[in-house]
Amino acid sequence: MAFLEIDGVHKSYGHHEVLKGVTLNVERHEVVCLIGASGSGKSTLLRCVNALEDIQDGVIRIDGDTVTGAGVDLNALRRDVGIVFQSYNLFPHMSVLENIMLAPMRVGGVKKREALERAERLLESVGMEDKAKSYPDMLSGGQQQRVAIVRALAMQPRVMLLDEITAALDPELVGDVLEIVRELAHGGLTMLLATHEMGFAKEVASQVCFLDAGSILERGSAQDIFENPREERTQQFLSRVVKSGRL
Amino acid sequence: MSTSSLVNEELQPSPTPAPPRPVFAVAMVGLVFAVVVSLVMVKAVLMLRHFNHDGPVSTTVGVILVVLTLYAWYPAAKALGAGQQRASLLSQDQLVPSRRIAARGREDALIAMGYAAAGLIVALLLIIVLAKDGGVATTFFALHPIRLSFNQVIHAFWINIWVACVSEVLVLILGLVVAIVRMLPGRAGAPLRMIAMVYCDIFRAIPAIVVIMLIVFGLPLTGVRFFQTMPLTWLGIIALTLTYSAYVSEVYRAGLASIHPSQSAAARSLGLSYTQTLRTVLVPQAVRRVIPPLLNDFISLQKDTALLSVAAISEALLVAKLWEAQLFNLSPIALVAAFFIIITIPQARFVDYLIDRDAARRAGK
Repeated sequence: MAFLEIDGVHKSYGHHEVLKGVTLNVERHEVVCLIGASGSGKSTLLRCVNALEDIQDGVIRIDGDTVTGAGVDLNALRRDVGIVFQSYNLFPHMSVLENIMLAPMRVGGVKKREALERAERLLESVGMEDKAKSYPDMLSGGQQQRVAIVRALAMQPRVMLLDEITAALDPELVGDVLEIVRELAHGGLTMLLATHEMGFAKEVASQVCFLDAGSILERGSAQDIFENPREERTQQFLSRVVKSGRL
Repeated sequence: MSTSSLVNEELQPSPTPAPPRPVFAVAMVGLVFAVVVSLVMVKAVLMLRHFNHDGPVSTTVGVILVVLTLYAWYPAAKALGAGQQRASLLSQDQLVPSRRIAARGREDALIAMGYAAAGLIVALLLIIVLAKDGGVATTFFALHPIRLSFNQVIHAFWINIWVACVSEVLVLILGLVVAIVRMLPGRAGAPLRMIAMVYCDIFRAIPAIVVIMLIVFGLPLTGVRFFQTMPLTWLGIIALTLTYSAYVSEVYRAGLASIHPSQSAAARSLGLSYTQTLRTVLVPQAVRRVIPPLLNDFISLQKDTALLSVAAISEALLVAKLWEAQLFNLSPIALVAAFFIIITIPQARFVDYLIDRDAARRAGK
């Protein structure tokens, strides 16, 4: 049984169906990349896994526990599932340290000293220890995104969802953020990420899924998808990506 | 030449330089206006001297005022000079320098008009105050009644300040509670949301003065001992708190609604509960954002403490009205107005300071 099971998930906003029966398994220590055009449902799928959106049909299981439907302790689920957003979403009224320590202390019941130590250690590992006292608005996009990753990691999640985390960054800042993700992947963290960085997906993904109009059209190893895409839509998408100089 | 069809001479022809704009007429208007204003000011100053029985203070003030209006003549004269220069440069076909001179001349003419307009307003106010042999001055700003009533009025004004401060603290709390109740999620919150909404609708509909009369006179009549022994001032505080919490809850609600949903998503995704998200993420940000409108409501509340005079609470307006009846002069009431002005202005500046500080801190300066 896979660690994260997404089984026949349907999601609609009103009459607009965004996910049309998505099925996807992520094994422990696996890194799965979702690629596809804007509006294909990548972000929505990630938000469903974290129960930020409710789903109309289907089931999502983490480590065998169903996390969708009524009667699920969402706060407990979210403790195990970290998510990093495209727009960082740091809390602007809190310093970097406060941003990171908030959830471990309030939700995880960690003592302040321990939370502080953990936060400082994590900041150091992403090269941000000198910004601990800064506020988010004083940081560059790349720095904010690194803090957002650390904030999610501080809860010691069992799976991380990354939602186009470099899409809003200036090109020269993308590298720093990807370097951290690379490290996490090598460290064996289970990850599900939506990305437009095809080169990066090629490098870290153990499985690549191409989403089109709310369903997974094609899946396979990075090599299969990027070198020999079988579906016509996948070929079109990839050729447009190549034309824009992103692959 | 470009070969692209997106750029070509027909679509983007190179511009021809514009001629300089006219200066002389506008400069002339500025000068005439400045001269007229100085004459009006002379008239106002003569009235002031007459009212003051040609005293030395009024003479000094008058001279200063007239001299100040003369200041507008200077830019007007400069603008006229610019007009002449523009003409001579233009006749030598020096288009760009003459355009520059013309722009500067028109700017000077506008400056002259702006200063003259300000002078005109001051002069007209002075004339209105001194009309009918100082009728306005003696009605509102007579020194003798002010001196007589000053002590009692300022003591009574402490009641206004005290009532305002206590009510504001209570309003801050009750307003936030109502705002949060109105945003409770799900079916469980529906009945409470309804109650909070009805409360807001009712207390925003009833005029504050009616709430005060109903509560201050009504509650002791209900026979409930707690209200019978309660001091009138506290009943007044209850009335103002009920009225203003309804307004302030709307301010809070707008503030909470203005926080981007992504903040809530980020907090919930970390495992924070709805209550924890409200307390640590949404409310702190919302409160910072609503400080200016909140202060606006507070200034309004402070002013409405004067309404307590209808309920026989001896605050500043009630005391001033007693003096007014005794002296047949409105100046004590104008004194109350002055007190309200004095306490309000520093608060407005304080909020400006808070906003600047918050912005500076977040920008890392």
